Amino acid sequence: MPAQGIKPGIAPPTLWICEHCDTVYRRRELVCGEVARCTRCDAILARHHSLSVNAILALVVTAMIAFIQANIWPIVTLGLNGTLISTTLWGCIVMMWDESAQVVAVLAAATLFFFPIIKMLLLGWVSLYARSGRRAPGFRWAMVTLYRIGPWTMTEVFVLGALVAIVKAHMYFDVIPNPGIFGYGVLMLIITAFSSIDVRRLWDTTEETPA
Amino acid sequence: MNGLPRASDLGLIGCHVCGMVCRDVEADHAACPRCGSSLHKRKEASYSRTWALLIAAFIFYIPANVLPIMRTVSVGDVDDNTILSGIIELWVKGSPDLAVIVFTASIVVPVLKFFALSLLLVSAQRGSLWAQRQRSKLYRLVEFIGYWSMLDVFVVALLTALVQFGFFSQVEPLPGVVYFGLTVIITMLASMTFDPRLIWDGRDFDD
Repeated sequence: MPAQGIKPGIAPPTLWICEHCDTVYRRRELVCGEVARCTRCDAILARHHSLSVNAILALVVTAMIAFIQANIWPIVTLGLNGTLISTTLWGCIVMMWDESAQVVAVLAAATLFFFPIIKMLLLGWVSLYARSGRRAPGFRWAMVTLYRIGPWTMTEVFVLGALVAIVKAHMYFDVIPNPGIFGYGVLMLIITAFSSIDVRRLWDTTEETPA
Repeated sequence: MNGLPRASDLGLIGCHVCGMVCRDVEADHAACPRCGSSLHKRKEASYSRTWALLIAAFIFYIPANVLPIMRTVSVGDVDDNTILSGIIELWVKGSPDLAVIVFTASIVVPVLKFFALSLLLVSAQRGSLWAQRQRSKLYRLVEFIGYWSMLDVFVVALLTALVQFGFFSQVEPLPGVVYFGLTVIITMLASMTFDPRLIWDGRDFDD
């Protein structure tokens, strides 16, 4: 890739600054599996990039498929005296809205549906272009948005919540697990795989396309 | 302390959003040249904002625990559960291991957050040099565990959607769950507003 696209003064940084204590380090290449830690406060400065951009894209696509499955199929079915009731994530959200817990409905919709889907779409979009070292249209906005919504996706917590709800319901009802819960299980595995990825590295590995 | 250079001494600012290392131009509205996010040497008014959010969260935490979060009606029999009584029921009738998980997520984590953030705020404001490394780790723990407290809120949402057997059995959410959800969100905001670099600043940045 030609280097003329990089604006003067916006070269990739040669330093690490610890976010948790402001200590400055000179950057160095990390070997496979290595994690650079701050010697002052022990925070993680950087990790070795064990996953390529292609691998990230593949994971995002897999996560999308699992997410769709988890959302269209019911999560669990309860049975009592021959009556069966099942629900999806949106079933929960609509029910909380109708039962005058609108705050909870909005929180659940944001942290379990909208933020995760925005995260996947944006990450897929930027990594699609990053495969060839380019920056996608709207790269800056996408990366800033990814950073902002990062802490606000709670799918993992919902999966644990589903487990607790199943055990609680099992005291009084027949419980039948549905495909949705397996979709969420797969999603949780992918989220764990993602937890060690710092997408901010895309700032350093891509170049601004000349306008 | 040790001789490691700090960005604020070298006139540098690290951009939180993209990791860019920028020169501190001492301007009021400096922006990162790479991602356009605003740059601050330290998060703005970190002490007062974190205190405000922490106190607000604590105020919401009281009704979250005192008011019931869920009502179960079965064959005319009404049973209101608070967070604690729900955990006890799970312990007695269901599975004690899950009761421990819910107890940790709903009671231990929020209480730990109140204590930990207060401790971090007070010690940083006093410019204390005590156990700085451990305090940094405590901050990262608070950040990491924060959102797991939403567990009980999602349990109530799922049970409400599932247990709709009319006269035989019905679950409704009660106001406690709304207060609890808000407590979790506000404590998350509080831990994000706290600037962990203040732990290492001593008295230099007292604002």
